Amino acid sequence: MLNIDSLQTGIVIDHISAGTSMRIYDLLHLEKLDCCVAVIKNARSSKLGRKDIIKIEGKVDVDLDVLGFIDPNVTVDYIENGHIVQKKSLALPEYIKNVITCKNPRCITTIEEGVDQIFKLCDSETRRYRCIYCEQEYERPHQ
Amino acid sequence: MVRHLIDPLDLSVSEIDRLLNLADDIAANPQKYAHLCDGKKLATLFYEPSTRTRMSFETAMLNMGGSVMGFHSAATSSATKGESVADTIRVVSCFADICAMRHPKEGAPRRAAQFSKIPVINAGDGGHQHPTQTLTDLMTIRCKKGRLHNLTIGLCGDLKFGRTVHSLIKSLARYEGIRFVLISPEELRVPDYIIEEVLKPKNISYEEVTDLESVLPNLDILYMTRVQKERFFNEADYVRLKDSYILTEAKLQTAKPDMYVLHPLPRVNEIALDVDDDPRAAYFDQVQNGVYVRQALILTLLGVKLPC
Repeated sequence: MLNIDSLQTGIVIDHISAGTSMRIYDLLHLEKLDCCVAVIKNARSSKLGRKDIIKIEGKVDVDLDVLGFIDPNVTVDYIENGHIVQKKSLALPEYIKNVITCKNPRCITTIEEGVDQIFKLCDSETRRYRCIYCEQEYERPHQ
Repeated sequence: MVRHLIDPLDLSVSEIDRLLNLADDIAANPQKYAHLCDGKKLATLFYEPSTRTRMSFETAMLNMGGSVMGFHSAATSSATKGESVADTIRVVSCFADICAMRHPKEGAPRRAAQFSKIPVINAGDGGHQHPTQTLTDLMTIRCKKGRLHNLTIGLCGDLKFGRTVHSLIKSLARYEGIRFVLISPEELRVPDYIIEEVLKPKNISYEEVTDLESVLPNLDILYMTRVQKERFFNEADYVRLKDSYILTEAKLQTAKPDMYVLHPLPRVNEIALDVDDDPRAAYFDQVQNGVYVRQALILTLLGVKLPC
């Protein structure tokens, strides 16, 4: 079994659905960090069978709100001195920017150069989002 | 802060009431408002053809002493050179005091509003929204029925792509005692989100039917719409559905004597010519009201001090 050292200080993003860690890595722009980042794919999980994990070393400021949209099962632990000091609960962000794209061929985002793809939460119970321009609902791919 | 009108719900119910009161006063006393926009310029940015909406905006501004400029199709604008909506509005903001934008792409006026230094009025964006038509419809309903509450509203025709229908439902849903009768072919039913996010959460009474004649006697307002060829990707579907409903004077015999027929125009054949002479035909009154309500909107968005 592959071993990755435990963090003394940092962030552990755990219970990521297997195979989606690189998408999260991209969405959180982790490539811009100078610190050590470990991406663990297909780790064994008693709950999920297989899961991905991302470990970020050090005290870094990363906007994790988008995780609530991507995968509500993801857990985030903040580690200090080798201990969990905070478990972050993932709320659905009210707006998500440049994470998903509008599929409506009539939407201005299909032709406008430089436009940000912005979606607004329209129903938190059903986790539905709408494009702020054309109001078309984002249809999540079937899991 | 610059105020825009992109969605009919950008205005609260009380703001709409004030705006309709102002429009009523403009209709009754046009001279009082004849010079309130002297020196002001309206830009009409129409990326797709329009007769009545563009002329209505222009008439509204001219009626108040202002002037108008703009383009009437994408072909005569910098869009042909690939200019973005964001850049166009930044440029136009340097020329005009207020603008009305029509665009075939949904959300284009909202995009413009993000970059504009002047008020942007959505004059229709694809199959999405048409808020000034909604204000026109509300004014006409209020003029004819004396209220905007406790009414049974029938909406007939293309309820799927008809932007005026979606805007009107959202707006009327904010008034007490509104009941909707949604009359359309199966293929052109009102989108699910209107039902799920507008009607059901507010417990608004509605029924979806395919037969116009059977519900006609129950209605206070019948809002007819055209099946719009330009909204279909497949012409065969358009041909199959375009003649789904045709209102005639004979069919109107079963309707209430004070049930009014509205239509955003242009019509093709969904209202027979013999209906025009019926006193319940209100669609040409709508056109006139559209000018007054746009005058009221321009004055409101420009923050012009109103006469006592």
